[in-house]
Amino acid sequence: MSPPAQRLAVGLRGVRKIFGDVVAVDGVDLDIRDGEFFAMLGPSGSGKTTVLRLIAGFESPTAGTIHLGGDEVSKRPPFERDVNTVFQDYALFPHMNVIANVEYGLKVKRVSKAQRRERAVEALRTVRLEGFEARKPGQLSGGQRQRVALARALVNRPKVLLLDEPLGALDQKLREEMQVELKAIQRQVGITFLFVTHDQEEALTMSDRVAVFNAGRIEQVGTPAEVYERPASAFVAGFVGTSNLIQGEAAESVLGRTGIYSVRPEKIRVDTHLNAEVPVGEHAAAGTVAEVVYAGAATRFVVDLDAGGRLIALQQNLQTSSMDVLKLRDARVRLAWRREHEFAIREDVPPGLVMDGPPTTVG
Amino acid sequence: MKSPDRPAGHGGPVRRLAGMLHRRPYLRLSLLLSAPLLWLVVAYLGALAALFVAAFWSTNVFTGDVVKEFTWQNFQDLVTLDVYRTVMLRSVLVAVLVTVIDGLIAFPMAFYMAKMASPRTRRWLVIAILTPLWASYLVKAYAWRVMLANDGLIDWALGPFGAHGPGYGLPATVMTLSYLWLPYMILPIYAGLERLPDNLMDAAGDLGARTFRTFRTVVWPVAFPAVVAGSIFTFSLSLGDYIAVKIVGGKSQMIGNVVYDNIGVANNLPFAAAVATLPVAVMVVYLVAVRRTGALENL
Ligand SMILES: Nc1ncnc2c1ncn2[C@@H]1O[C@H](COP(=O)(O)OP(=O)(O)OP(=O)(O)O)[C@@H](O)[C@H]1O
Ligand SMILES: [Mg+2]
Repeated sequence: MSPPAQRLAVGLRGVRKIFGDVVAVDGVDLDIRDGEFFAMLGPSGSGKTTVLRLIAGFESPTAGTIHLGGDEVSKRPPFERDVNTVFQDYALFPHMNVIANVEYGLKVKRVSKAQRRERAVEALRTVRLEGFEARKPGQLSGGQRQRVALARALVNRPKVLLLDEPLGALDQKLREEMQVELKAIQRQVGITFLFVTHDQEEALTMSDRVAVFNAGRIEQVGTPAEVYERPASAFVAGFVGTSNLIQGEAAESVLGRTGIYSVRPEKIRVDTHLNAEVPVGEHAAAGTVAEVVYAGAATRFVVDLDAGGRLIALQQNLQTSSMDVLKLRDARVRLAWRREHEFAIREDVPPGLVMDGPPTTVG
Repeated sequence: MKSPDRPAGHGGPVRRLAGMLHRRPYLRLSLLLSAPLLWLVVAYLGALAALFVAAFWSTNVFTGDVVKEFTWQNFQDLVTLDVYRTVMLRSVLVAVLVTVIDGLIAFPMAFYMAKMASPRTRRWLVIAILTPLWASYLVKAYAWRVMLANDGLIDWALGPFGAHGPGYGLPATVMTLSYLWLPYMILPIYAGLERLPDNLMDAAGDLGARTFRTFRTVVWPVAFPAVVAGSIFTFSLSLGDYIAVKIVGGKSQMIGNVVYDNIGVANNLPFAAAVATLPVAVMVVYLVAVRRTGALENL
């Protein structure tokens, strides 16, 4: 419980937040390094926004401490914390035009008028909103408002930028552009980004590290690869990607072990030669194709295993065409994967998260 | 569908009327608005116009009959005679004071209700503010008369501090009017602040603004139109009042009393009309001034 070292941008120790009888944050420990792009991923209501609000100072923790850049700030008001927030619902000032909104923080800090204008225009250019300076927030689309909110926070160059689903209202194309843009901005200015999203793909592609939230707790913290390849719990396996669990009798007969295991769909090979020899270092299981979903670049096979349970396999459409794969419905196949791609899942997961039926698919 | 044996009522008059209304939005609009428009034009604007016209008439001094000939005399008297100028200034002063006092009391109250109180407390406060509106104006004014009386409640309460109440007069009038019109200030401001999203204040704090700056740059501009709406009520209600001043105002006169006396005792309806146009003119000036601030656009 010693205070976090100097190079930490944000440190949370045993943070709890209770609203009436709702436990929104239930004991969170988290260290975020300086200059890191950190994503908080989790389903709706899992406490992501509340953690952000605790760090920004809009709420005070029921228990625990919050450190920013080595200083304890748990009791400081928002205006004494060097962080800026991009709010989930923008929170733009309706009576000010776009440029006045963006300049607000600089004006408070008494930056000279000329410099203020220059930095605000620059920030608006970064979010591709040149020419909108004189509009009021009410005259902007949702995506444009979101970008103004981004510019308004960015322009202050805080030590830590808190972003609450900052790209949620953007269309796919702009969203991808802004993702690249955000990464570039973050590299350029070296600000620590703390990014909330419930889009797992966004979290995996953009961040240096990811924390997966569930019901006010952190289930796992790690690099995108760690979280994706080695989920610490069935919840993480299900929420980040497709969980594909092998458990119970199936685990015993296919893997020869007890426990719960998971294999990512893209690691599984679909084989129509049922009797071919299983290569060394691989596991294989026979089953019946229940569903074939053609998705352009790849095809998704849903296979009911003879040993029980159901797995999803993702195959690149290298040679096959849609006609060929669709014929495989109801066919007998064999699934095979390398042993190092199956990973054991912690069993102390809350009941209900591990399903015997079809695995959950997210995203 | 042209089949002759469709169910009865299908092409009935009601249906045809509905169809016609649907096709002719203009007809629909005039049906909807004809009654209120008629009321507005005849009863409301008509009365106002009659008032303006009457203001340029005069009365025969001997018979007391209204002489329907154009004259500026009434307005000349109003401007040149000291007594009317004083009454006029006094009325505006009282209205301004009442508005300022109500604003100062109402804003923190409304802010607390809209932004800080729990929903339960909020409900009770709204009820507490609305309840006095059900009591008769006269009862409330006389209640103040009793409280302000010599050795009344206010004297008694101030006694231990070696002070005594203001007695009857202008201060008493201002106090009574402030009490009477306070709900009309609180409710619009409360409604305005309700619409102010909480996270705007968070956002200002997040960008480094302290409490006072947040208030000045975010809360106040957003709430200002509501304050203006409230002030229109308190200002115009005070400006036209003549009963409270009679009950607690001692010998002071306001515009309303001049109008009242000219209709009754003096039987000079045209002069009363001329006096009555003054508050209207003041309100028009006030509204134009407010309009220039842009506050009305957000109402
Ligand atoms: N001010 C509050 N009063 C009472 N309960 C609250 C308050 N703020 C949040 N909660 C509750 O705390 C829990 C966590 O909410 P939070 O907003 O942090 O979720 P989230 O992870 O950001 O969800 P989303 O992805 O939908 O934004 C929810 O159950 C929510 O209802
Ligand atoms: Mg949220």
